[in-house]
Amino acid sequence: MNPALDKPIRTSHVIGEVSESFSRIRAMILRYLFLHKRSLPRTFEIVFWPIMELFVWGFVSVYIQNVSHNTLSKIAMSLINAMIFWDILYRSQQGVSISFIEDIWTQNIVNLLISPLKIWEWVTAAALYGMIKTSLITLILATIAFFLYQFNLVGILQISIIPLIFNLLLFGWALGIFTSSLVIRWGHAAEALIWGVPFLIQPLSAIFYPLSVLPPWLQIISKALPSTYVFEGMRAVIQTGHMPSHYFLVGLGLNLIYFILAGFFFQWMYGKARSSGRLGRLGMD
Amino acid sequence: MPINSVNQNHPSVIAKNLCKDYPGTRALDHLSFTLNQGEILGLLGPNGAGKTTAIHILLGLLTPTSGEALVFGLSPLKNRQVISKRLNFSSAYVQLPSNLKVAENLLIFSKIYGVKKFNQKIDYLLELFDIADLKNRITGALSSGEKTRLNLCKALLNDPQVLLLDEPTASLDPEMADTVRKTLQKIQQERNIGILYTSHNMPEVEEICDRVLFIHEGRTIAEGTPETIMKNFETNTLEQVFIKIVRSGDIISGKST
Repeated sequence: MNPALDKPIRTSHVIGEVSESFSRIRAMILRYLFLHKRSLPRTFEIVFWPIMELFVWGFVSVYIQNVSHNTLSKIAMSLINAMIFWDILYRSQQGVSISFIEDIWTQNIVNLLISPLKIWEWVTAAALYGMIKTSLITLILATIAFFLYQFNLVGILQISIIPLIFNLLLFGWALGIFTSSLVIRWGHAAEALIWGVPFLIQPLSAIFYPLSVLPPWLQIISKALPSTYVFEGMRAVIQTGHMPSHYFLVGLGLNLIYFILAGFFFQWMYGKARSSGRLGRLGMD
Repeated sequence: MPINSVNQNHPSVIAKNLCKDYPGTRALDHLSFTLNQGEILGLLGPNGAGKTTAIHILLGLLTPTSGEALVFGLSPLKNRQVISKRLNFSSAYVQLPSNLKVAENLLIFSKIYGVKKFNQKIDYLLELFDIADLKNRITGALSSGEKTRLNLCKALLNDPQVLLLDEPTASLDPEMADTVRKTLQKIQQERNIGILYTSHNMPEVEEICDRVLFIHEGRTIAEGTPETIMKNFETNTLEQVFIKIVRSGDIISGKST
């Protein structure tokens, strides 16, 4: 074989593969978007809960600000910001898990599992779809917060908003892959975990209060979560006007570790489900 | 055998001594068979015989405890992505998303399978199965017979060389089942597809299958053309063979005891 002749063939093969992957990812995003085309309740549900939460936390913040005669305005700001950020984390996790479970509910999952769709393409499509939803929700929440509470999300966080949200999305996707793995292994029995797992990490992520509030032994666990660095970073920006880079870098490093672990965990659970016969029965139990 | 050299002389599917154990149960017990290109092989047996288990192994959805499955000469466990481009599956128990329109479902799977000229292909398949008028209908609003035909459209989108059909006519009325069988036979002859076909409708199997494989408790009980098997079991119909197999405890070499 002539390596010089072989190279263009291999290159065109790689380009073909990439183009096929791109087409499959697009098809899956389209599949999720079609769901919203004619389902008003489904679209309404995306924005309903975050808006309700914003109302609650927004008015709590207003109350704190009033009783403290404006001395606690930064705490009030942190609460609204934390609520919006928590929603980004929660929705990005849900984006991956719900997209995945949707195909179990509709008994379509076997059709996808036997198709040329690769698992990473599936996860990428679900993550991108989740990102579209999250962006939309964030935009709506930021707008409501601006007009109702005079809270300017971008104005307060400025450029720091990008690395902070980036780390939240990454952690949400890693959590989404983890919870999807549980469903693939245990089917419907594990569905409740899709909604439960994010709330397991909520008290540990120092979302509505600083890390220092937690007892020392809990701080150790908290420091192992990328979300803690996002929320600590967010408070640092509100307090001082800038975010020390370690909040982003440590969060990113942890995210990469969690992503790799989630990938391996998915593969492991997939193998277990394939061995136990669960994979072919997904959606039928 | 490389994937591109599938032809009539080589089996497209080979199952060699497949065993599958679950805690306390052996679902497949040294099951071996081949599916040749261009033939329809009926995989028959009572509920729990191991038919779906065998199909899931061929689809790469299940790991056998021992033995080997080869599709186009490749292991479905390691080459699912390559094999899936030339294989498809339809089952009465697997559905397309009910909240999408018929055309949307087929469009998505066309893109997943990389179908060229997908609009023409979708129209052709919908016409073929006589559901062209349902193109813009929500899938969930279809009758079970219409859903079955839609599933078959999906299964033929990628012009598969091997088609695994798990009870494809289970929810169809006799007239529609007949139409679907004839359509499948037509496509199979035109395109020389190898079809692995499971059904509990024995007259249908006699009509459509070139060869049948009776399995019971995961083991092969009888294999051959429908005529040969009926002759070996000294019956006039496959239905009687089926009943004999289910009711007898020990059957050897196609003869009931």
